[in-house]
Order: sequence, then C-alpha cells, then structure tokens
Amino acid sequence: MALIRIQNLARRYQMGTETVHALRGVSLDIQRGEYVAIMGPSGSGKSTLMNMLGCLDTPTSGSYELNGTDVSQMDDNALAEVRNREIGFVFQTFNLLARSNALHNVELPLIYAGMSAAERKKIAMNALTQVGLADRVHHRPNELSGGQRQRVAVARALVNKPSILLADEPTGNLDSKTGEEILALFEQLWRAGNTIIVVTHEEDVARRARRILRIRDGLIASDEIVEGRDPKAENQKPPVIAPPLQTVDQPKS
Amino acid sequence: MNFITEIREGFGISWAAIRANKLRSILTTLGIVIGIVTVTLMGTAIEGLNKSFMNSISSLGADVFFVDRSAWFNNNEGDWRKSMRRRPFKLADASTLAGQLTLSSAVAPVAESGAKVEFERRSSGRVQIVGTTEQYLPTSGVGISAGHFFSAAEAAGGRPVCVIGTTVATNLFGAVSPLGQRIKIGPQSFEVVGVLERQGSFMGMFNLDNRAIIPIQQFMSTLWNNPDITIQVKARQLAELDEAREELRHTMRRIRRLAPGDPDDFAINQQDQFVAMFQRVGGTIAAVGFFITGLSLFVGGIGIMNIMFVSVAERTKEIGIRKAIGAKRRTILLQFLTEAGCICLMGGLIALAIAWPLTLVMQQFLPASMSLTVAGVALLVSLVTGVVSGFLPAWRAARMNPVDALRSE
Repeated sequence: MALIRIQNLARRYQMGTETVHALRGVSLDIQRGEYVAIMGPSGSGKSTLMNMLGCLDTPTSGSYELNGTDVSQMDDNALAEVRNREIGFVFQTFNLLARSNALHNVELPLIYAGMSAAERKKIAMNALTQVGLADRVHHRPNELSGGQRQRVAVARALVNKPSILLADEPTGNLDSKTGEEILALFEQLWRAGNTIIVVTHEEDVARRARRILRIRDGLIASDEIVEGRDPKAENQKPPVIAPPLQTVDQPKS
Repeated sequence: MNFITEIREGFGISWAAIRANKLRSILTTLGIVIGIVTVTLMGTAIEGLNKSFMNSISSLGADVFFVDRSAWFNNNEGDWRKSMRRRPFKLADASTLAGQLTLSSAVAPVAESGAKVEFERRSSGRVQIVGTTEQYLPTSGVGISAGHFFSAAEAAGGRPVCVIGTTVATNLFGAVSPLGQRIKIGPQSFEVVGVLERQGSFMGMFNLDNRAIIPIQQFMSTLWNNPDITIQVKARQLAELDEAREELRHTMRRIRRLAPGDPDDFAINQQDQFVAMFQRVGGTIAAVGFFITGLSLFVGGIGIMNIMFVSVAERTKEIGIRKAIGAKRRTILLQFLTEAGCICLMGGLIALAIAWPLTLVMQQFLPASMSLTVAGVALLVSLVTGVVSGFLPAWRAARMNPVDALRSE
C-alpha cells in the first residue's frame, strides 16, 4: 500500500473577490522509502501541495490518505497530532526557536508527543549525535552556523521517527558547500530507509532525488524517475559526512 | 499530550519570554502590582477594622441593657434634641429597679465626668471619673488586677474610696503599688482600693484605662450634684434577654409614671445596635473600597491583555513552528495563558512585598496584620486577572492557521 495516496486534490483560495485555484485536481502515489523532489515555478501550486502533504492545510476537495488514514477532513487538533507523528519538517529558514538551545529544539516534538523528560532527552541527544552535532547541544541557534542550524532542524524533523521527511527548499539559505552537506545527509537518511520529499526550484537539488514531480498551474506536468538512483544499487556510495545512521523509519501499526 | 508536561513547558517558555522582555514585563506588571497592593491593603484594613470593632464591642456585654434618655443611634438630629429634653433619671430609680426586676441580676446607676487626678506632686491630665455602685462590677464586666472593687457597704456609706485604671496607675505611681494610697479627685481625696485590668481603647478612639471609679454618692457630693445618670442592667440569663428587656421597659414606665399609650421617654440600648450600625457602615466601606480596587485591577488587566496581544503578534512565527511540529490548540492556549498568569503572579508577589511594610504602618492605627488569607486571596486574584485578561490573546494564538503563521516574519 502506498504511504501517500492523493486523489483529485484541489485547493481554492478566496483572495478578495477573486478565487485562486492553487491546485486543480492532483492525483499522486508515493511509496514508503521514496526520495521525491517537487519542482515548479512560483505560483505553480507547489507550496500549496507541500502544505497539503505536510497536513498544514486541508483540501477544498479530493482525498489524501497518509499511511492508510484519510486526513483530508480532519480538524485542527487531529492534524496537529498527525503532523507530530507522521511528518518531519525541514524549512528553508530553519525555523528553530531562537530562545531555545539545540537540544530543546529537538526535544520539542517529543514534548508534544507527551514523552517523559528523561526519555526525550536521551532520544534528542541521540538524534543530534546522528547529524553530527553532539558537541553543540547547548548552543542556541544564533551561536550556530547555517549548516549546523539546518542539521538541528533535520534532527528535530527525525526525532519522532516520522513517515515522511518533508523539506521545503532545504538548501535555499545555505552556501553551496553546506548545501551539499545537507543533501548528503538526506542521501544517507534515504539509504537508511526514510521517505523524503523535497520541494525546490533548483535542478541540482532535484536531481539528487529518485523521482521528480513538476507542477505547473496547479497540476502535475511531469513525473519522472531519475536514472541510476536506485537505493539498492551497490555502486552508489554516499559521501561520508555524518556518523552512520540507524534506520529511523519504522513501519507504524 | 500530558497536561503536567504541557504546564511545565508553558512555564519554561513564559520565563524565557519574560526574561527576553524585561522592561516590558515590569511595566506591564506595574498595573497589576498597584491593583494587588490596593486589594491587600483594603483586605487588611477591613480585617483590622472588624477585629478592632469586635475587641471594643466585647467591653459592652451582650446581656447588658444600657438605659439612657436617648437612643445611641438616632435617625435624625431632631430625635436626639427631643430626647435631651426628657426628664433625667434619679439615683433612686436604680434602686427601685433593682428591687422590682426579677429577670435581671444587677442594676448599676452610672454617672460620668472628667476631672484632674493628683497624687502628691504628680497629676494626670483629664481622667474619666465614673460614679457608680458595686453593681458596676458585674454590669460592665471589668476585671480587677489588684486590690478589690469597692463593696456595697463602701458604696452606700459614701466612703471616699476609688478604683483606678492602669493608665492612671502608671501615670501617678509608676512601678509603686497604688493600693492604700490617697489620690485627689477634684477637691476630695480618695483611697485607692483596687486597680482595673487593662482594657485597651474603644474603637481606637478613647482609652478605657484612663479612668477612676468612685461611689456615686461621692461623685454627686464632690463633682456634680445633678449628673446625667444612666442605668446599666444585666439580664439574669442570655436566653431570657427579650423577656428581661420587656420587664425592664414596663418597670421603667411605672417608675417614670407614664400613662398607657404615652411613648417611652427613655431608651434601652444594647450591644447589638452597635453591631448592626457597624455592619452597615463597614459594609459600605468595604463595597466602595473593593469597587475602587476592582477598577484598578481592571485597568491592570487591560494592560496585560494589550501586552499579550503584542506578544502573540510578535511570536506568530513561533506559533507556526510549534503548530507544524505538533502543538495542538490547547497547548498554544495554555502556553500564553501561563505566560499571562506568570506575569500577574509575579506582580502579585511584588505587590505583597510592597504591601507588607505598609500594613506594619497600618498597625499603628488598627490591630491589623497581613493575614495568610489576605495574601492568598491577593495571589489568587492576580492569577485570575492574568488568566482572564490573557484569554483573548491566547485564544487568537491558538486558532492561528499554521500556514499563515509560518509565512509571517
């Protein structure tokens, strides 16, 4: 069964007197363990699609099944729970809490999941170690470099063992070297079994995925498989930047 | 999500937010501080007033009737003027009453005046002189700390003996025992046979210990031969108070030869008249006080609401992040309510710290001290103010759409 099954998804906004059709009926399946890039020019509806995929917004019509559950009709609180359990967000501007240190930022999803203090500290430490920031856990975001901040964000996204890692322009605010580091981290995570969806307008970034979806005018314009990007291929060796990762994505009951 | 975890997280966030905006938090708190200081002082003052009243009122026994020409509390000045034209009581009236009343155990005629009291070279200023009989001991409920009250024989025989209050005793004799000494009251010298127990003041107005009690015969022969006599009557049993009062009224009417149908030309006063009066006045004071206090708290609350709206607007992005990560409406609501509550609770604590020395000053005038109840109520009120005025901003934050919140800068 597909991890994500979207059928005929549409989203309209009312802008004053004008109705904006951001999505006009998108159908899409994404399997567990895929690495998908979503591309499209601004105004194409890719941000809206990302908001839908991330359960931040609900569709005007159509259905969205995530991990076997229909989430398209859920209310605010139920969606919050789904986001907490199933989705890890990585944003272009990192979106860390400025007043909290790295550890607390990573603990946050676990706090909302209701985990005990001792347990969540252990898990958060572990996640920060995985992204190579074990020695930076007590630093606040403004004491970290851009690349380090994005690693904290990745650790936060993964700490709850979500079904999807959803990244919105994850390298947009980074220089090319640190951007490459983050992409290498994604590669590793993908090889460890995580499902990754990256929204980007950079061709280089998109080519790192296994599948590229192009959105135009609220519809999927193309859906291509990138050649030679099979996770089982032995000849593909990821660049080693962070310590080896454990499998984060475990099928949920 | 676990409620305790949520509250603890809320405290952490609030503390960080308050520290990040120190000046703003302090200024916001100021309104609450002022409100809570008023609440505390008002509460303490009212408690003190009550305590002072109860102390004073206990010097008037609940089972004692005070027969007087006029009522203690007149509805208007005309009533009082009319009552002052009534015939005065005669000394013999008291003994007639004592012979005829069956439901009362003691009857004491009382005449009062002021005079200078002297001992050797020392003199105390104006002292309240009470002329009465030995029956005054049960009717007034005074206690004797040294010596004895004058006896029936001493009172009736008109011997020049006196019983003095503690203030008079210390003023004239210092540490020396006054018993057996002779003091001069007016032109006459009196032997001190007893010292009264310390009684304090009445309503904080006059000192009950600055007095001397002498036999009423002596009072009339040396100080004032035609005094305005009042009669104190002690009922035999508290349970028969109403019957005793009725009997007293009928006996008085006979003594004063009133025709049936004539109105009483005397008044029987009781302690509960004072209580009723006080409750009316005290109730008004409390109502006005709490209205003003409520107003200042309301203004403080509006300040909190305003600053919480600012805080929510400033942290829209943070709210978006938290929601994206899985914070529910309740979590966000609780976070901002906790913050408003914390600011106000801090204000409450600061207010208590300010109010405490002020209540010490208040102690000069009232037997008031800041009670745990008042402090507890003050903190509770500050917390409630915070939660109530923080609710609207917190609700706005909780209902934010995560997409829009994340997009804001």
